[in-house]
Amino acid sequence: MSLPETLTVTLAHYLALSGVVFGIGIAVALSKRNAIAVLMGVELMLNGVNLALLAFSRFGAFAGGTEPLAGHAFVVFVLTVAAAEAAVALAMAVLVYRRRETVDLDRISLMRW
Amino acid sequence: MSAWDQFHLIGPVVVLFGGAGALLTWDLVQPRRAPVLALALLTLAAAFGYTLWHALTGSAGTAFDGAVVMDRFALFFAFLLIAVAAAVTVAATEFARRSDNAAEFYALLLVATGAMVLLTQANDLVSVFIALETTAIAQFVLAGIGRDARSSEAGLKYLLTGAVSAAVLLYGFALLFGLAGTTALPGIAAYVAAGHEETRLALILAFVLVAAGLGFKMATAPFHAWVPDVYQGAPTPVTSFLAVASKAAAFAVVLRVFYAGLGGGGTIISHDWSALFAVVAGVSMTFGNTAAILQTDVKRLLAYSSIAQAGNIAVGLAAVAAGSTIGPSGVLFFLGTYTAANLGVFIAVIAVSERIGSDEMRDYAGLLRRSPWLASILVLCLLSLTGIPPTAGFLAKLYIFNGAVQAGEPWLVWLVVVAVLNTAVSAFYYLRWARTIVLDEPLEGTSITAALPVQGLLTLAAAGVLFFGLVPAPLISAAQRAAEALQ
Repeated sequence: MSLPETLTVTLAHYLALSGVVFGIGIAVALSKRNAIAVLMGVELMLNGVNLALLAFSRFGAFAGGTEPLAGHAFVVFVLTVAAAEAAVALAMAVLVYRRRETVDLDRISLMRW
Repeated sequence: MSAWDQFHLIGPVVVLFGGAGALLTWDLVQPRRAPVLALALLTLAAAFGYTLWHALTGSAGTAFDGAVVMDRFALFFAFLLIAVAAAVTVAATEFARRSDNAAEFYALLLVATGAMVLLTQANDLVSVFIALETTAIAQFVLAGIGRDARSSEAGLKYLLTGAVSAAVLLYGFALLFGLAGTTALPGIAAYVAAGHEETRLALILAFVLVAAGLGFKMATAPFHAWVPDVYQGAPTPVTSFLAVASKAAAFAVVLRVFYAGLGGGGTIISHDWSALFAVVAGVSMTFGNTAAILQTDVKRLLAYSSIAQAGNIAVGLAAVAAGSTIGPSGVLFFLGTYTAANLGVFIAVIAVSERIGSDEMRDYAGLLRRSPWLASILVLCLLSLTGIPPTAGFLAKLYIFNGAVQAGEPWLVWLVVVAVLNTAVSAFYYLRWARTIVLDEPLEGTSITAALPVQGLLTLAAAGVLFFGLVPAPLISAAQRAAEALQ
Protein backbone atom coordinates (compact mmCIF):
# COMPACT_ATOMS: atom_id res chain seq x y z
CA MET A 1 0.00 0.00 0.00
CA SER A 2 1.28 3.39 -0.85
CA LEU A 3 0.37 6.77 0.46
CA PRO A 4 -2.08 8.76 -1.65
CA GLU A 5 -0.21 11.12 -3.93
CA THR A 6 -2.07 14.16 -2.77
CA LEU A 7 -3.40 14.64 0.71
CA THR A 8 -6.18 17.17 0.90
CA VAL A 9 -6.42 18.82 4.29
CA THR A 10 -10.07 19.47 5.03
CA LEU A 11 -12.05 21.22 7.70
CA ALA A 12 -12.44 17.89 9.51
CA HIS A 13 -8.66 17.56 9.88
CA TYR A 14 -8.36 21.00 11.38
CA LEU A 15 -11.27 20.39 13.74
CA ALA A 16 -9.79 17.07 14.87
CA LEU A 17 -6.44 18.75 15.55
CA SER A 18 -8.21 21.58 17.36
CA GLY A 19 -10.11 19.09 19.50
CA VAL A 20 -6.94 17.19 20.36
CA VAL A 21 -5.04 20.35 21.31
CA PHE A 22 -7.98 21.56 23.41
CA GLY A 23 -8.27 18.14 25.03
CA ILE A 24 -4.57 18.01 25.92
CA GLY A 25 -4.89 21.53 27.30
CA ILE A 26 -7.83 20.73 29.55
CA ALA A 27 -6.16 17.52 30.75
CA VAL A 28 -3.03 19.48 31.68
CA ALA A 29 -5.00 22.31 33.31
CA LEU A 30 -7.03 19.93 35.47
CA SER A 31 -4.31 17.45 36.43
CA LYS A 32 -1.21 19.59 37.09
CA ARG A 33 -0.75 20.86 40.62
CA ASN A 34 1.70 23.62 39.71
CA ALA A 35 0.05 26.98 38.96
CA ILE A 36 2.42 27.70 36.07
CA ALA A 37 1.70 24.31 34.48
CA VAL A 38 -2.05 24.99 34.76
CA LEU A 39 -1.49 28.23 32.86
CA MET A 40 0.34 26.31 30.13
CA GLY A 41 -2.70 24.04 29.83
CA VAL A 42 -4.94 27.08 29.49
CA GLU A 43 -2.74 28.43 26.68
CA LEU A 44 -3.12 25.11 24.85
CA MET A 45 -6.90 25.23 25.29
CA LEU A 46 -7.00 28.73 23.84
CA ASN A 47 -4.87 27.68 20.89
CA GLY A 48 -7.23 24.79 20.22
CA VAL A 49 -10.03 27.36 20.12
CA ASN A 50 -8.01 29.56 17.76
CA LEU A 51 -7.42 26.67 15.36
CA ALA A 52 -11.14 25.93 15.23
CA LEU A 53 -12.02 29.58 14.66
CA LEU A 54 -9.46 29.95 11.86
CA ALA A 55 -10.53 26.72 10.20
CA PHE A 56 -14.20 27.75 10.20
CA SER A 57 -13.24 31.18 8.92
CA ARG A 58 -11.18 29.65 6.09
CA PHE A 59 -13.45 26.77 5.06
CA GLY A 60 -16.87 28.24 5.85
CA ALA A 61 -19.44 27.26 8.43
CA PHE A 62 -22.15 24.59 8.34
CA ALA A 63 -24.71 27.23 7.45
CA GLY A 64 -22.63 28.18 4.39
CA GLY A 65 -19.99 30.87 4.08
CA THR A 66 -18.97 32.97 7.06
CA GLU A 67 -18.72 36.68 7.41
CA PRO A 68 -15.36 37.52 5.80
CA LEU A 69 -12.52 37.35 8.33
CA ALA A 70 -14.89 37.22 11.33
CA GLY A 71 -13.02 34.22 12.73
CA HIS A 72 -9.63 35.81 12.07
CA ALA A 73 -10.70 38.94 13.92
CA PHE A 74 -11.97 36.85 16.82
CA VAL A 75 -8.58 35.08 17.05
CA VAL A 76 -6.75 38.41 17.30
CA PHE A 77 -8.96 39.32 20.27
CA VAL A 78 -8.46 35.91 21.89
CA LEU A 79 -4.67 36.28 21.61
CA THR A 80 -4.77 39.77 23.11
CA VAL A 81 -6.95 38.78 26.03
CA ALA A 82 -4.86 35.65 26.63
CA ALA A 83 -1.73 37.80 26.87
CA ALA A 84 -3.40 40.14 29.36
CA GLU A 85 -4.60 37.21 31.41
CA ALA A 86 -1.16 35.55 31.40
CA ALA A 87 0.46 38.80 32.56
CA VAL A 88 -1.89 39.06 35.53
CA ALA A 89 -1.56 35.34 36.26
CA LEU A 90 2.23 35.42 36.39
CA ALA A 91 2.18 38.52 38.58
CA MET A 92 -0.22 36.78 40.93
CA ALA A 93 1.92 33.62 40.97
CA VAL A 94 5.01 35.68 41.87
CA LEU A 95 3.03 37.37 44.66
CA VAL A 96 1.94 34.02 46.10
CA TYR A 97 5.45 32.60 45.72
CA ARG A 98 6.96 35.51 47.68
CA ARG A 99 4.54 34.92 50.53
CA ARG A 100 4.41 31.14 50.54
CA GLU A 101 7.62 29.98 48.77
CA THR A 102 5.48 27.66 46.60
CA VAL A 103 3.00 27.74 43.74
CA ASP A 104 1.89 24.15 44.32
CA LEU A 105 -1.90 24.29 44.39
CA ASP A 106 -2.16 21.45 46.91
CA ARG A 107 -0.06 23.42 49.35
CA ILE A 108 -1.76 26.77 48.77
CA SER A 109 -4.57 25.89 51.08
CA LEU A 110 -5.10 28.32 53.92
CA MET A 111 -8.80 27.87 53.27
CA ARG A 112 -10.50 24.51 53.07
CA TRP A 113 -14.10 23.56 53.51
CA MET B 1 -24.45 56.68 12.24
CA SER B 2 -21.55 58.93 13.16
CA ALA B 3 -18.75 57.80 15.45
CA TRP B 4 -20.07 60.19 18.10
CA ASP B 5 -23.51 58.58 18.00
CA GLN B 6 -21.99 55.13 18.37
CA PHE B 7 -19.92 56.15 21.38
CA HIS B 8 -23.01 57.88 22.78
CA LEU B 9 -24.74 54.48 22.98
CA ILE B 10 -21.94 53.10 25.17
CA GLY B 11 -21.54 56.45 26.96
CA PRO B 12 -21.80 55.13 30.53
CA VAL B 13 -19.05 52.59 29.77
CA VAL B 14 -16.80 55.28 28.31
CA VAL B 15 -17.37 57.46 31.38
CA LEU B 16 -16.48 54.61 33.75
CA PHE B 17 -13.32 53.64 31.86
CA GLY B 18 -12.31 57.29 31.51
CA GLY B 19 -12.83 57.85 35.24
CA ALA B 20 -10.64 54.85 36.05
CA GLY B 21 -7.88 56.19 33.79
CA ALA B 22 -8.09 59.67 35.27
CA LEU B 23 -7.97 58.26 38.79
CA LEU B 24 -4.83 56.21 38.07
CA THR B 25 -3.13 59.12 36.30
CA TRP B 26 -3.83 61.50 39.16
CA ASP B 27 -2.47 58.96 41.63
CA LEU B 28 0.64 58.55 39.46
CA VAL B 29 1.30 62.30 39.49
CA GLN B 30 0.50 62.83 43.16
CA PRO B 31 0.92 59.45 44.86
CA ARG B 32 -1.45 58.93 47.80
CA ARG B 33 -2.71 62.51 47.70
CA ALA B 34 -5.26 62.15 44.95
CA PRO B 35 -8.89 62.42 46.16
CA VAL B 36 -9.58 58.87 44.96
CA LEU B 37 -12.87 58.32 46.80
CA ALA B 38 -14.35 61.57 45.50
CA LEU B 39 -13.16 60.83 41.96
CA ALA B 40 -14.62 57.31 42.01
CA LEU B 41 -17.98 58.57 43.31
CA LEU B 42 -18.00 61.41 40.78
CA THR B 43 -17.35 58.96 37.94
CA LEU B 44 -20.13 56.65 39.13
CA ALA B 45 -22.50 59.60 39.50
CA ALA B 46 -21.66 60.77 35.97
CA ALA B 47 -22.19 57.27 34.58
CA PHE B 48 -25.50 57.00 36.45
CA GLY B 49 -26.55 60.38 35.07
CA TYR B 50 -25.61 59.30 31.55
CA THR B 51 -27.67 56.12 31.93
CA LEU B 52 -30.56 58.21 33.20
CA TRP B 53 -30.24 60.43 30.11
CA HIS B 54 -30.46 57.33 27.91
CA ALA B 55 -33.50 56.12 29.84
CA LEU B 56 -35.29 59.47 29.63
CA THR B 57 -34.60 60.03 25.94
CA GLY B 58 -35.51 56.41 25.19
CA SER B 59 -32.24 55.65 23.39
CA ALA B 60 -32.19 52.38 21.53
CA GLY B 61 -30.22 50.90 18.69
CA THR B 62 -27.04 49.10 17.80
CA ALA B 63 -23.56 50.45 17.33
CA PHE B 64 -20.20 49.28 15.98
CA ASP B 65 -21.64 46.96 13.33
CA GLY B 66 -24.03 45.39 15.80
CA ALA B 67 -21.36 44.52 18.37
CA VAL B 68 -23.21 46.39 21.10
CA VAL B 69 -26.85 47.25 21.54
CA MET B 70 -28.61 49.77 23.74
CA ASP B 71 -32.03 48.68 24.93
CA ARG B 72 -34.15 48.65 28.06
CA PHE B 73 -32.57 45.37 29.17
CA ALA B 74 -29.10 46.93 29.15
CA LEU B 75 -30.45 50.05 30.91
CA PHE B 76 -32.04 47.96 33.69
CA PHE B 77 -28.69 46.34 34.44
CA ALA B 78 -26.68 49.53 33.96
CA PHE B 79 -28.69 51.20 36.75
CA LEU B 80 -28.38 48.14 38.96
CA LEU B 81 -24.63 47.65 38.45
CA ILE B 82 -23.66 51.31 38.82
CA ALA B 83 -25.74 51.59 42.00
CA VAL B 84 -24.06 48.47 43.43
CA ALA B 85 -20.61 49.82 42.54
CA ALA B 86 -21.43 53.11 44.28
CA ALA B 87 -22.61 51.29 47.40
CA VAL B 88 -19.46 49.14 47.47
CA THR B 89 -17.31 52.24 46.95
CA VAL B 90 -18.84 53.93 49.99
CA ALA B 91 -18.80 50.77 52.12
CA ALA B 92 -15.12 50.19 51.26
CA THR B 93 -13.99 53.63 52.46
CA GLU B 94 -12.27 52.31 55.58
CA PHE B 95 -10.74 49.36 53.75
CA ALA B 96 -9.31 51.70 51.11
CA ARG B 97 -7.96 54.09 53.74
CA ARG B 98 -5.94 51.27 55.31
CA SER B 99 -4.84 49.86 51.97
CA ASP B 100 -1.66 50.90 50.17
CA ASN B 101 -3.48 50.57 46.87
CA ALA B 102 -6.59 52.71 47.29
CA ALA B 103 -6.27 54.25 43.82
CA GLU B 104 -5.79 50.88 42.14
CA PHE B 105 -8.72 49.45 44.13
CA TYR B 106 -11.15 52.14 43.00
CA ALA B 107 -9.81 52.16 39.44
CA LEU B 108 -10.25 48.39 39.13
CA LEU B 109 -13.74 48.66 40.61
CA LEU B 110 -14.64 51.24 37.96
CA VAL B 111 -13.11 49.15 35.16
CA ALA B 112 -14.98 46.05 36.33
CA THR B 113 -18.24 48.01 36.54
CA GLY B 114 -17.73 49.53 33.10
CA ALA B 115 -16.96 46.13 31.59
CA MET B 116 -20.08 44.66 33.23
CA VAL B 117 -22.26 47.41 31.78
CA LEU B 118 -20.67 46.70 28.39
CA LEU B 119 -21.33 43.00 28.94
CA THR B 120 -25.06 43.61 29.33
CA GLN B 121 -24.97 45.59 26.06
CA ALA B 122 -22.88 43.04 24.13
CA ASN B 123 -24.73 41.58 21.16
CA ASP B 124 -21.94 39.65 19.48
CA LEU B 125 -19.81 36.72 20.67
CA VAL B 126 -16.63 38.81 20.32
CA SER B 127 -17.93 41.70 22.41
CA VAL B 128 -19.39 39.28 24.97
CA PHE B 129 -15.96 37.66 25.29
CA ILE B 130 -14.04 40.95 25.55
CA ALA B 131 -16.41 42.42 28.14
CA LEU B 132 -16.50 39.18 30.13
CA GLU B 133 -12.71 38.91 30.28
CA THR B 134 -12.22 42.60 31.10
CA THR B 135 -14.60 42.12 34.02
CA ALA B 136 -12.89 38.92 35.07
CA ILE B 137 -9.29 40.17 34.92
CA ALA B 138 -10.19 43.27 36.95
CA GLN B 139 -11.89 41.02 39.51
CA PHE B 140 -8.94 38.61 39.73
CA VAL B 141 -6.72 41.50 40.75
CA LEU B 142 -9.36 42.90 43.12
CA ALA B 143 -9.63 39.53 44.89
CA GLY B 144 -5.86 39.48 45.37
CA ILE B 145 -5.48 43.12 46.41
CA GLY B 146 -5.56 42.49 50.17
CA ARG B 147 -2.31 42.46 52.14
CA ASP B 148 -2.65 38.99 53.69
CA ALA B 149 -1.67 35.66 52.17
CA ARG B 150 -5.32 34.55 52.03
CA SER B 151 -6.19 37.33 49.63
CA SER B 152 -3.41 36.47 47.17
CA GLU B 153 -4.34 32.81 47.45
CA ALA B 154 -7.95 33.73 46.63
CA GLY B 155 -6.77 35.81 43.67
CA LEU B 156 -4.66 33.01 42.21
CA LYS B 157 -7.36 30.36 42.63
CA TYR B 158 -9.98 32.66 41.11
CA LEU B 159 -7.70 33.40 38.19
CA LEU B 160 -6.80 29.80 37.39
CA THR B 161 -10.38 28.53 37.49
CA GLY B 162 -11.52 31.63 35.63
CA ALA B 163 -8.98 31.11 32.86
CA VAL B 164 -9.99 27.46 32.36
CA SER B 165 -13.70 28.37 32.28
CA ALA B 166 -13.07 31.18 29.79
CA ALA B 167 -11.30 28.73 27.46
CA VAL B 168 -14.22 26.29 27.70
CA LEU B 169 -16.65 29.13 26.96
CA LEU B 170 -14.56 30.13 23.95
CA TYR B 171 -14.65 26.61 22.50
CA GLY B 172 -18.42 26.82 22.68
CA PHE B 173 -18.30 30.20 20.94
CA ALA B 174 -16.02 28.77 18.23
CA LEU B 175 -18.53 25.96 17.59
CA LEU B 176 -21.43 28.43 17.44
CA PHE B 177 -19.45 30.47 14.93
CA GLY B 178 -18.70 27.33 12.95
CA LEU B 179 -22.39 26.43 12.83
CA ALA B 180 -23.94 29.80 12.13
CA GLY B 181 -21.08 31.43 10.24
CA THR B 182 -21.47 34.63 12.19
CA THR B 183 -20.57 35.89 15.63
CA ALA B 184 -23.59 38.20 15.87
CA LEU B 185 -26.25 36.96 18.31
CA PRO B 186 -29.16 37.82 15.97
CA GLY B 187 -27.44 35.78 13.24
CA ILE B 188 -27.04 32.82 15.58
CA ALA B 189 -30.68 33.20 16.62
CA ALA B 190 -31.68 33.04 12.95
CA TYR B 191 -29.63 29.85 12.49
CA VAL B 192 -31.19 28.20 15.55
CA ALA B 193 -34.69 29.27 14.51
CA ALA B 194 -34.16 27.77 11.04
CA GLY B 195 -34.10 24.37 12.76
CA HIS B 196 -31.13 22.56 11.20
CA GLU B 197 -31.86 19.08 12.57
CA GLU B 198 -28.62 17.67 11.13
CA THR B 199 -26.45 19.86 13.35
CA ARG B 200 -28.59 19.60 16.47
CA LEU B 201 -25.99 17.58 18.42
CA ALA B 202 -23.20 20.03 17.55
CA LEU B 203 -25.47 22.87 18.68
CA ILE B 204 -26.13 21.10 21.98
CA LEU B 205 -22.39 20.54 22.50
CA ALA B 206 -21.79 24.25 21.80
CA PHE B 207 -24.36 25.50 24.29
CA VAL B 208 -23.30 23.02 26.96
CA LEU B 209 -19.75 24.42 26.68
CA VAL B 210 -21.10 27.99 26.78
CA ALA B 211 -23.29 27.14 29.79
CA ALA B 212 -20.28 25.58 31.54
CA GLY B 213 -18.16 28.67 30.95
CA LEU B 214 -20.91 31.03 32.08
CA GLY B 215 -21.84 28.72 34.97
CA PHE B 216 -18.51 29.66 36.50
CA LYS B 217 -19.46 33.36 36.38
CA MET B 218 -22.93 32.66 37.79
CA ALA B 219 -21.40 30.47 40.51
CA THR B 220 -23.76 27.57 39.89
CA ALA B 221 -22.85 23.96 40.68
CA PRO B 222 -20.88 22.08 39.36
CA PHE B 223 -18.66 25.10 38.64
CA HIS B 224 -18.77 26.53 42.13
CA ALA B 225 -15.51 25.13 43.60
CA TRP B 226 -13.82 28.54 43.58
CA VAL B 227 -16.67 30.38 45.31
CA PRO B 228 -16.09 29.61 49.00
CA ASP B 229 -12.32 30.15 48.92
CA VAL B 230 -12.51 33.35 46.89
CA TYR B 231 -15.39 34.81 48.92
CA GLN B 232 -13.60 34.05 52.17
CA GLY B 233 -10.12 35.09 51.10
CA ALA B 234 -10.90 38.27 49.18
CA PRO B 235 -11.26 41.52 51.13
CA THR B 236 -14.92 41.79 52.22
CA PRO B 237 -15.79 44.83 50.03
CA VAL B 238 -14.48 42.89 47.02
CA THR B 239 -16.50 39.84 48.07
CA SER B 240 -19.65 41.95 48.19
CA PHE B 241 -18.92 43.27 44.70
CA LEU B 242 -18.38 39.72 43.38
CA ALA B 243 -21.48 38.38 45.07
CA VAL B 244 -23.82 41.15 43.96
CA ALA B 245 -22.61 42.91 40.81
CA SER B 246 -20.69 40.08 39.17
CA LYS B 247 -23.56 37.67 39.68
CA ALA B 248 -26.15 40.06 38.23
CA ALA B 249 -23.96 40.71 35.18
CA ALA B 250 -23.43 36.98 34.67
CA PHE B 251 -27.18 36.28 34.63
CA ALA B 252 -27.68 39.24 32.31
CA VAL B 253 -25.27 37.80 29.75
CA VAL B 254 -26.76 34.31 30.11
CA LEU B 255 -30.21 35.74 29.38
CA ARG B 256 -28.85 37.69 26.43
CA VAL B 257 -26.89 34.77 24.93
CA PHE B 258 -29.42 32.01 25.60
CA TYR B 259 -32.72 33.83 25.33
CA ALA B 260 -31.91 36.30 22.57
CA GLY B 261 -29.23 34.19 20.86
CA LEU B 262 -30.40 30.61 21.21
CA GLY B 263 -34.10 31.39 21.29
CA GLY B 264 -36.74 31.01 24.02
CA GLY B 265 -39.33 28.27 23.78
CA GLY B 266 -40.15 26.40 20.60
CA THR B 267 -36.74 25.89 18.95
CA ILE B 268 -35.13 22.51 18.32
CA ILE B 269 -32.93 22.88 21.40
CA SER B 270 -35.18 24.69 23.87
CA HIS B 271 -36.11 21.44 25.64
CA ASP B 272 -32.44 20.57 26.01
CA TRP B 273 -31.35 23.82 27.54
CA SER B 274 -34.38 23.91 29.79
CA ALA B 275 -33.41 20.47 31.12
CA LEU B 276 -29.79 21.56 31.48
CA PHE B 277 -30.66 24.59 33.60
CA ALA B 278 -33.20 22.58 35.60
CA VAL B 279 -30.47 20.12 36.62
CA VAL B 280 -28.03 22.95 37.34
CA ALA B 281 -30.69 24.68 39.47
CA GLY B 282 -31.53 21.57 41.49
CA VAL B 283 -27.90 20.64 42.15
CA SER B 284 -26.83 24.22 43.02
CA MET B 285 -29.66 24.75 45.49
CA THR B 286 -29.30 21.42 47.21
CA PHE B 287 -25.52 21.52 47.43
CA GLY B 288 -25.30 25.21 48.39
CA ASN B 289 -27.90 25.00 51.14
CA THR B 290 -26.57 21.76 52.61
CA ALA B 291 -22.99 23.03 52.75
CA ALA B 292 -24.07 26.42 54.16
CA ILE B 293 -25.52 24.74 57.25
CA LEU B 294 -22.05 23.60 58.32
CA GLN B 295 -20.34 27.00 58.09
CA THR B 296 -19.19 29.07 61.04
CA ASP B 297 -17.52 31.83 59.02
CA VAL B 298 -20.16 34.27 57.76
CA LYS B 299 -18.32 35.04 54.50
CA ARG B 300 -18.13 31.32 53.73
CA LEU B 301 -21.79 30.94 54.69
CA LEU B 302 -22.68 33.74 52.29
CA ALA B 303 -20.60 32.04 49.59
CA TYR B 304 -22.63 28.84 49.84
CA SER B 305 -25.84 30.86 50.15
CA SER B 306 -24.87 32.62 46.92
CA ILE B 307 -24.47 29.25 45.16
CA ALA B 308 -27.93 28.26 46.40
CA GLN B 309 -29.48 31.55 45.30
CA ALA B 310 -27.88 31.14 41.86
CA GLY B 311 -29.80 27.86 41.78
CA ASN B 312 -33.05 29.74 42.47
CA ILE B 313 -32.35 32.08 39.58
CA ALA B 314 -31.50 29.10 37.34
CA VAL B 315 -35.07 27.85 37.99
CA GLY B 316 -36.12 31.03 36.21
CA LEU B 317 -33.73 30.28 33.34
CA ALA B 318 -35.18 26.79 32.94
CA ALA B 319 -38.64 28.39 32.79
CA VAL B 320 -37.44 30.86 30.16
CA ALA B 321 -36.21 27.98 28.01
CA ALA B 322 -39.50 26.15 28.39
CA GLY B 323 -41.27 29.17 26.95
CA SER B 324 -42.72 30.74 30.09
CA THR B 325 -43.86 34.26 29.28
CA ILE B 326 -43.15 35.58 32.77
CA GLY B 327 -39.81 33.72 33.05
CA PRO B 328 -37.46 36.47 31.86
CA SER B 329 -39.03 39.24 33.93
CA GLY B 330 -39.03 36.85 36.91
CA VAL B 331 -35.26 36.49 36.65
CA LEU B 332 -34.82 40.28 36.44
CA PHE B 333 -37.17 40.93 39.38
CA PHE B 334 -35.37 38.30 41.47
CA LEU B 335 -31.98 39.85 40.63
CA GLY B 336 -33.24 43.32 41.59
CA THR B 337 -34.55 42.28 45.00
CA TYR B 338 -31.65 39.88 45.64
CA THR B 339 -29.26 42.76 44.99
CA ALA B 340 -30.92 44.92 47.66
CA ALA B 341 -31.02 42.16 50.28
CA ASN B 342 -27.56 40.73 49.61
CA LEU B 343 -26.00 44.18 49.51
CA GLY B 344 -27.63 44.98 52.87
CA VAL B 345 -26.17 41.83 54.41
CA PHE B 346 -22.70 42.45 52.98
CA ILE B 347 -22.57 46.10 54.01
CA ALA B 348 -23.49 45.08 57.54
CA VAL B 349 -20.80 42.36 57.49
CA ILE B 350 -18.21 44.87 56.22
CA ALA B 351 -19.16 47.32 58.99
CA VAL B 352 -19.00 44.64 61.68
CA SER B 353 -15.68 43.19 60.55
CA GLU B 354 -14.19 46.71 60.40
CA ARG B 355 -15.11 47.16 64.07
CA ILE B 356 -14.45 43.75 65.62
CA GLY B 357 -12.06 42.29 63.03
CA SER B 358 -13.85 38.96 62.83
CA ASP B 359 -16.13 37.13 60.42
CA GLU B 360 -17.01 34.36 62.87
CA MET B 361 -20.69 33.66 63.44
CA ARG B 362 -20.26 33.56 67.23
CA ASP B 363 -19.00 37.15 67.26
CA TYR B 364 -22.42 38.22 65.96
CA ALA B 365 -23.97 37.12 69.27
CA GLY B 366 -26.19 39.81 70.71
CA LEU B 367 -25.43 42.24 67.89
CA LEU B 368 -28.93 43.65 68.35
CA ARG B 369 -27.92 45.09 71.70
CA ARG B 370 -24.52 46.30 70.51
CA SER B 371 -25.78 47.97 67.35
CA PRO B 372 -29.59 48.00 67.16
CA TRP B 373 -30.07 49.75 63.80
CA LEU B 374 -27.42 47.78 61.91
CA ALA B 375 -28.54 44.49 63.43
CA SER B 376 -32.23 44.99 62.65
CA ILE B 377 -31.43 45.76 59.01
CA LEU B 378 -29.15 42.73 58.83
CA VAL B 379 -31.96 40.53 60.16
CA LEU B 380 -34.46 42.08 57.74
CA CYS B 381 -32.17 41.36 54.80
CA LEU B 382 -31.62 37.78 56.01
CA LEU B 383 -35.41 37.33 56.13
CA SER B 384 -35.57 38.59 52.56
CA LEU B 385 -32.86 36.12 51.46
CA THR B 386 -34.89 33.34 53.08
CA GLY B 387 -38.02 34.57 51.33
CA ILE B 388 -40.32 35.47 54.21
CA PRO B 389 -43.14 38.00 53.69
CA PRO B 390 -43.44 40.98 53.71
CA THR B 391 -39.93 41.28 52.33
CA ALA B 392 -39.14 41.52 48.63
CA GLY B 393 -37.40 38.14 48.68
CA PHE B 394 -40.75 36.41 49.23
CA LEU B 395 -42.34 37.97 46.14
CA ALA B 396 -39.22 37.29 44.09
CA LYS B 397 -39.32 33.58 44.87
CA LEU B 398 -43.08 33.46 44.28
CA TYR B 399 -42.63 35.20 40.93
CA ILE B 400 -39.81 32.99 39.70
CA PHE B 401 -41.43 29.72 40.86
CA ASN B 402 -44.75 30.82 39.36
CA GLY B 403 -42.97 31.30 36.04
CA ALA B 404 -41.62 27.75 36.22
CA VAL B 405 -45.05 26.27 36.97
CA GLN B 406 -46.69 28.38 34.27
CA ALA B 407 -44.32 26.94 31.65
CA GLY B 408 -46.41 23.77 31.93
CA GLU B 409 -43.65 21.15 31.89
CA PRO B 410 -44.03 18.41 34.52
CA TRP B 411 -40.32 18.34 35.37
CA LEU B 412 -40.40 22.07 36.11
CA VAL B 413 -43.17 21.50 38.65
CA TRP B 414 -40.92 18.94 40.35
CA LEU B 415 -38.07 21.44 40.23
CA VAL B 416 -40.26 23.95 42.05
CA VAL B 417 -41.02 21.33 44.71
CA VAL B 418 -37.26 20.84 45.18
CA ALA B 419 -36.80 24.61 45.32
CA VAL B 420 -39.47 25.03 48.01
CA LEU B 421 -37.92 22.26 50.11
CA ASN B 422 -34.59 24.01 49.69
CA THR B 423 -36.09 27.25 50.93
CA ALA B 424 -36.94 25.43 54.14
CA VAL B 425 -33.35 24.21 54.45
CA SER B 426 -32.01 27.72 53.79
CA ALA B 427 -34.31 29.11 56.49
CA PHE B 428 -32.40 26.93 58.94
CA TYR B 429 -29.06 28.71 58.56
CA TYR B 430 -30.37 32.20 57.73
CA LEU B 431 -32.64 32.18 60.77
CA ARG B 432 -29.95 30.60 62.99
CA TRP B 433 -27.76 33.58 62.14
CA ALA B 434 -30.70 35.93 62.84
CA ARG B 435 -31.32 34.18 66.18
CA THR B 436 -27.66 34.58 67.15
CA ILE B 437 -27.96 38.29 66.44
CA VAL B 438 -31.22 38.80 68.32
CA LEU B 439 -31.29 36.34 71.21
CA ASP B 440 -27.74 35.32 72.19
CA GLU B 441 -25.81 37.01 74.97
CA PRO B 442 -23.15 39.37 73.55
CA LEU B 443 -19.54 38.30 74.19
CA GLU B 444 -18.62 41.93 74.74
CA GLY B 445 -20.86 44.78 75.77
CA THR B 446 -19.19 47.52 73.74
CA SER B 447 -21.46 49.09 71.17
CA ILE B 448 -20.65 49.03 67.46
CA THR B 449 -21.39 52.12 65.43
CA ALA B 450 -21.04 52.20 61.68
CA ALA B 451 -19.99 55.37 59.90
CA LEU B 452 -22.84 57.67 58.87
CA PRO B 453 -22.65 57.01 55.08
CA VAL B 454 -22.66 53.26 55.76
CA GLN B 455 -25.75 53.64 57.95
CA GLY B 456 -27.36 55.55 55.11
CA LEU B 457 -26.58 52.71 52.69
CA LEU B 458 -28.00 50.15 55.10
CA THR B 459 -31.17 52.20 55.42
CA LEU B 460 -31.46 52.39 51.62
CA ALA B 461 -31.03 48.62 51.29
CA ALA B 462 -33.64 47.99 53.97
CA ALA B 463 -35.99 50.48 52.34
CA GLY B 464 -35.55 48.65 49.04
CA VAL B 465 -36.24 45.27 50.61
CA LEU B 466 -39.41 46.51 52.32
CA PHE B 467 -40.63 48.82 49.55
CA PHE B 468 -40.38 46.22 46.79
CA GLY B 469 -41.94 43.68 49.14
CA LEU B 470 -44.99 45.86 49.74
CA VAL B 471 -45.17 47.83 46.47
CA PRO B 472 -43.55 45.57 43.85
CA ALA B 473 -45.33 47.11 40.86
CA PRO B 474 -42.64 49.63 39.80
CA LEU B 475 -39.85 47.04 39.79
CA ILE B 476 -42.05 44.42 38.11
CA SER B 477 -43.01 46.76 35.30
CA ALA B 478 -39.37 47.80 34.85
CA ALA B 479 -38.36 44.13 34.71
CA GLN B 480 -41.11 43.35 32.21
CA ARG B 481 -40.17 46.20 29.91
CA ALA B 482 -36.50 45.16 30.12
CA ALA B 483 -37.38 41.54 29.30
CA GLU B 484 -39.50 42.58 26.32
CA ALA B 485 -36.43 44.22 24.79
CA LEU B 486 -34.80 40.81 24.44
CA GLN B 487 -37.47 39.29 22.21
